[in-house]
Amino acid sequence: MQFRSHTLDNGLEIIAECNDEARSTSLGFFVRTGARDETDDVAGVSHFLEHMMFKGTPTRTAEQVNLEFDALGADYNAFTSEEQTVYYASILPEYQDRTLALLADMMRPSLRTEDFDTEKKVIIEEIRMYLDQPPYGADDVVRQLHYGKHPLGRSVLGTVESITDLPVEKMRAYFDRRYSPTNLTLVAAGKVDFDALVLSAELGCGKWDKVDAPREAPPANGACRRETVHKPQSTQEYVIQLSDGPSATDEDRYAAKLLATVLGDDCGSRLFWELIDPGYAESASLSHHDGIGAGAFITYLACDPEQTADNLKRLNDVLAAVESSGITAAELAQAKSKVNSRVVLGSERPRGRLFNLGGNWSNRREYRTVKDDLEAVDRITLTDLAAVVKKFPLSKNTTVCVGPLESV
Amino acid sequence: MKQEIYTHTFPNGLTLLAEPMRSLESAAFTLRVPGGCVHEPEGRGGLSVMTVEMTLRGCGERDSRQFVEALDTLGVQRGDSVADALAGYSGATLAANLIPALGIYADVLRRAQLPEDELDSARMVALQELAGIEDEPGQRAMQELRKLHYPHPWGRRSQGERAALESISLAEVQAHYQHCFRPNGTVISVAGKIDWPQIRDEVERLFGDWKKVPDAPIVETPRSERRRHVPHDSNQTHIAVAYDSIPYKDPDYFQAWGAVGVLSGGMSARLFTEVREKRGLCYTVSASQATLKERGSVLCYSSTSAERAQETLDVLLGELVRLAAGIESHELDRLKARIKSGLIMQQESSMSRSSSIARDWYLLDRVRTMDEIESAVDALSADSINAYLKRNPPRDFTVVTLGPQPLEVRGAVS
Repeated sequence: MQFRSHTLDNGLEIIAECNDEARSTSLGFFVRTGARDETDDVAGVSHFLEHMMFKGTPTRTAEQVNLEFDALGADYNAFTSEEQTVYYASILPEYQDRTLALLADMMRPSLRTEDFDTEKKVIIEEIRMYLDQPPYGADDVVRQLHYGKHPLGRSVLGTVESITDLPVEKMRAYFDRRYSPTNLTLVAAGKVDFDALVLSAELGCGKWDKVDAPREAPPANGACRRETVHKPQSTQEYVIQLSDGPSATDEDRYAAKLLATVLGDDCGSRLFWELIDPGYAESASLSHHDGIGAGAFITYLACDPEQTADNLKRLNDVLAAVESSGITAAELAQAKSKVNSRVVLGSERPRGRLFNLGGNWSNRREYRTVKDDLEAVDRITLTDLAAVVKKFPLSKNTTVCVGPLESV
Repeated sequence: MKQEIYTHTFPNGLTLLAEPMRSLESAAFTLRVPGGCVHEPEGRGGLSVMTVEMTLRGCGERDSRQFVEALDTLGVQRGDSVADALAGYSGATLAANLIPALGIYADVLRRAQLPEDELDSARMVALQELAGIEDEPGQRAMQELRKLHYPHPWGRRSQGERAALESISLAEVQAHYQHCFRPNGTVISVAGKIDWPQIRDEVERLFGDWKKVPDAPIVETPRSERRRHVPHDSNQTHIAVAYDSIPYKDPDYFQAWGAVGVLSGGMSARLFTEVREKRGLCYTVSASQATLKERGSVLCYSSTSAERAQETLDVLLGELVRLAAGIESHELDRLKARIKSGLIMQQESSMSRSSSIARDWYLLDRVRTMDEIESAVDALSADSINAYLKRNPPRDFTVVTLGPQPLEVRGAVS
């Protein structure tokens, strides 16, 4: 296992964890752009653009892009979040060069008007699909309420209106501002021929012009709000709570992950025993998300509407108990064995390592081995968890309920 | 690296399968018992899921909390499931913890306490899950589709029915457990960093003296209704279509698989290209080869805004009918590339191999090696698939829609 890195003259960074034992190769472009980099007049453009990146280049039609990926036997996709847009493919090692050539070409798309008009309909269907499914867009509502005007309050999908109104020229301008080689990282994991990778990158990406692609990351001071969204068609009531947590650059992030495991893992956590095991709720979980400049704890609850008030009380009691009495050494030890096992299992495939490498580099320009992560988890003490609980009180949260209840 | 697969059937009928994967640090297991929802008595839908839930609430010497703590201490990532014929458990952990984990699951399979004071909690868990499905329109449409398309009871949903769940008694759970949790028909598979003689001896120690229980026949009733619209107040209409195909054990299986792959394998496949890429009609559209032990089907799904749903259904059915006119060899070549890399990537995951060999055993009574699958796929040609399609054209569709308006099934398709 060897870490390699290289920077092209135009600023594009290439990083790889090369593992000769691996059977496959994963490649990805990690772009530091997402909903947080948008403004109201282009709400949802990062995600729409992610779709458009598959729609062809001056030398390839949209159909050719799909045909070529499939001919390479690639397992490929892309996703967009508040913070980043990622394009990735897993392939057999012998297709490394051809796959990179294709991915690199895609990163300079044509953004043709007719493709844009057709794809707009697909995006609107995607938005409508999510609006028909729990939590019916309440994940966007909770972020808007909590972060207000802060960039993290923005929706990744945008709305049917914002997408309908978006002109192609604004997407092109957004692309020009955000897809500078200095704002992308080429990441590779698994069986990687690094010298060949650099050569292909030079060929495919070396001519890209760089521009400034700044990102604002003001500190987030989350509000503490409550809202109920009435959705009479829903059978269950859904609750999302969001509170501030350690960010991606905060050393406390490992303690935060362990705290979330103790409190809200899907099995064996305090919320599990209080809400799921007795059958009071269909699901109840608490997880930690580390973003740039701000992290968050997110709690999710789904239950019979009639039990919502009681469940919210049970949930609040769990949060209050950890703030007043902390957690036990046995709980911490168990959380460590869970998290460590997940780290090891999640790292067996090159695909798992790709996301880990890309995330660490985008967030901190740092390379971490699996062993580094395991050791970081092992070092965490009860005092570290207590510090997180004190600094980021879970009871100070924004709560959104959506479902058949008119008020909660 | 040569793939090794070990199989051993104990005198009591329990089968153990193992695939060593020496480059991994993990080991995974899959346990499947003949306790799926087709084994539920008529009108007792949900008994299987309640029984599985109850087995996790205390087994052997451990109560439910000690059970969860023991598995968490071993770092076992785990799940449980109820399917048509089988119910089961699966998990993965660091290789050294596999044998202790199997020891705990031997208690689940053989010595569940089924405590009376946990019955109502288990019932509430099952009822909550059933209520959750009501809010998932795509899943509901597919459940309705299976119910209509398969002869009863093969289309039953695993979540059960409210009236039954509300009244299931402890005695029923105990009877179901005693009947279905038995060595004959049970498969245990392991994959990853394992030692075959050690695992075989350990499984013999844990399960060797488990007593057989006779099989009970499953009584089928033929399907009747083939069209249904479920009114639902939503933005989108959900479209689910099925037609008959052949099961995994059929010698022609890979021909059928290849034909469906041309419809829906990768983003260059026909459905994605025609329905989404060219017309922008939907975000999701797919078709997949679904197999029960004795019969196969192709199940298709799409969802789109109500006003565009009719066109989506028309184009989807049109593509299914057009398939019978034949496929091109370049379409098949892409599919072959995808399956080849898929097979190799499976070998990077103990979980994926463990579940795959268990599935093979149930469907075939043996395990297909990767080499065998690769040669079967290599042997496919556009001509062989077209000959298959000529004999088995997609037709006689079951169609379910769920949304604000019913749709019309048009044209020559019956």
